[in-house]
Amino acid sequence: MSDLPTFAPPVTPETKPFWDATAEGRLVLPRCTSCQTVIWYPRTFCPECHTEGVEWIDATGEGTVYSYTVTHKGDGPWRDESPYVMAYVELDEGPRVLTNIVDCDPAKVSIGQRVSVRWAPTDEGPAVPRFAPAP
Amino acid sequence: MTICGKASIAGAYEHPLRVIPDRTVAQVHADVAVGALADAGLSMDDVDGYFCAGDAPGFGGFSMAEYLGLQLRHIDTTETGGSSYLCHVGHAAAAIAAGKCSVALVTLAGLPRSDPASMMAGARAMFAGAPEAGFEMNHGMTIHGGYALAARRHMYEFGTTSEQLAEIKVAASHHAQFNPDAFLPKAVSIEEVIESPLVSDPLHRLDCCVVTDGGGAVVVVSPEIARDLERRTVKVLGHGEAPKHTNNGRIDLTHTGAVWSGPRAFEEAGVTPGDIDYASIYDSFTITVLETIEDLGFCEKGKGGAFVADQGLRAPDGRLPFNTDGGGLCNNHPANRGGMTKIIEAVRQLRGEAHGEVQVPDCQLALAHGTGGSLANRMGSATLILGQEDA
Repeated sequence: MSDLPTFAPPVTPETKPFWDATAEGRLVLPRCTSCQTVIWYPRTFCPECHTEGVEWIDATGEGTVYSYTVTHKGDGPWRDESPYVMAYVELDEGPRVLTNIVDCDPAKVSIGQRVSVRWAPTDEGPAVPRFAPAP
Repeated sequence: MTICGKASIAGAYEHPLRVIPDRTVAQVHADVAVGALADAGLSMDDVDGYFCAGDAPGFGGFSMAEYLGLQLRHIDTTETGGSSYLCHVGHAAAAIAAGKCSVALVTLAGLPRSDPASMMAGARAMFAGAPEAGFEMNHGMTIHGGYALAARRHMYEFGTTSEQLAEIKVAASHHAQFNPDAFLPKAVSIEEVIESPLVSDPLHRLDCCVVTDGGGAVVVVSPEIARDLERRTVKVLGHGEAPKHTNNGRIDLTHTGAVWSGPRAFEEAGVTPGDIDYASIYDSFTITVLETIEDLGFCEKGKGGAFVADQGLRAPDGRLPFNTDGGGLCNNHPANRGGMTKIIEAVRQLRGEAHGEVQVPDCQLALAHGTGGSLANRMGSATLILGQEDA
C-alpha cells in the first residue's frame, strides 16, 4: 500500500454508516429506499427523487477507470508525493468516485482499466478508499 | 420579459498592473471602480446598484459598499467563481429592466501573486462544512488536476490531441504580443507548449492560465442614461447561466455548463453562433476553451480539436477570433478569476478599441463566456451576448 497523505475525514451522523464500514474494510453505498438509486457522495437525501431515506448496501469494491491524471505538481503535503495518480473510478454499482490509483506504475494506468478497492487507514478509525489494478 | 436591449455597458476598466505589491484588495476594488466610472463618464454618486463576488473582502457586498461610500437600492453578491461577473451583468440588466436600479457597478480584484494569504479565507470557507468535503479531501485534487481529468476523458472519447490544445495557447499568445500590459507577451509555438513541463498529465505548464494580481470593473446602465453619455456603449442582448455538478456521481467530464447557458443566451438575443463576430472564451486552461467552443455550438461536440487546429481562433481573420487581449492564458487572470476580463475585451472589440492588429473589422456582435469552479466537479457557466451600440 502506498503512503499518500491521508487525513481523517469529518464524520457526521449522516455519513457515519459509510465511515464505520470503511474501518472494517467494507465499501458500503447508500441506496434510496424510494427509487432504489445508488447515491454518491454518501448522504441520506436522494438527489434523484428528492426524498429522505436510504439503506446501506455492500458494494463489490470493483470498478473501471473513467478518467485519470498523473499529477506532477501536487499542493501542500501532496507536493512530496508527486507524481501520483488521481482518478474517477466508475463503481460497478454506477457512481463515479474521485480517488487515487495506487500500487502500480502511473504510466500503466488507462481509461477502462479494471480496478479494485484498497483501504488507506487513518489513526482516527475511518479508512479512505483508493483503488489498484484488479488482479 | 427578456433583457434584450434593456441595458448597456457604459464603462469598462482593466487594471493595467499584473503585480501589485503595495495595495490592498479593497484599494484595488476602488481603483477599478473609479476607472470604470470615469470611462463611462459617471461618478460614484450615480451608482445605485452594486455587484461583487467572493473576491470582495469583508461581509458580502456591504464592506465594499461602505468602503466606496455607495448609497444603494440594489445589491447582488452572486458567487459562481470566475464566471460571477458575467452573471452580474445579466442580473444587472434584469434589475435595470425591472426598475430596481439604473447605474450598476460590478467590481473584481485580487492579489494572488503578492498576497496569497488574502486568497485563502474564501477557499477555506468554500470547503468548510461542505457535504462533499470528506469524500474529496484525500485524493490530491489540484485546480490543474481537475481540468486534466476532463482533458484526459475528452481525448479518450474524441481523439483530441495535446497539439490541438496547444494551438489554443499559441493563438492567445499571438494576440498577447500586441498587448503591452500582458503578463506573458511573447508568442509561443505548439512545440514550446507541449515541451513545457507536465503539471497534471495531459496538461502542461503552458496549458495553464497565468496567476496575476489585478482587477477590473464594468458599469451597466439603463438605456435612458446610456443615451446621454458621450462614450460609446455596448448593448446587453442576451444572458444565460447554468450550474453543473457531479449529478449524483454520474458526472460527464466532456462538457461544461455552457451546453445550457449558451442556448439561453442565444435565444434571448435572437441570434445564433454563426452570427458572432468575436468571442471571449474563459481560458483557465486550454481544455476549458476547447470544451466551451463545442458546448456553445461553434462546432459539433468532439470536433473542437479540428476547429482550433487551423488557426481558427486567431484574430482578425480566423473563423472565431477569440481572447484578443491574450486572455487568461497570457494576459491576465486577476484574483484567479477570468470572467471580468472576458467582458472587458468584448467591450473593447464592440467599441472598435482593441489593438489594431487584432481588432475584428466591423465587430457588431460579441459573446463573452465564463467558467467558474472546476470542470472536475461543480462549476458555474455564464454566457453574455453583447452588441455594438448601433446594432
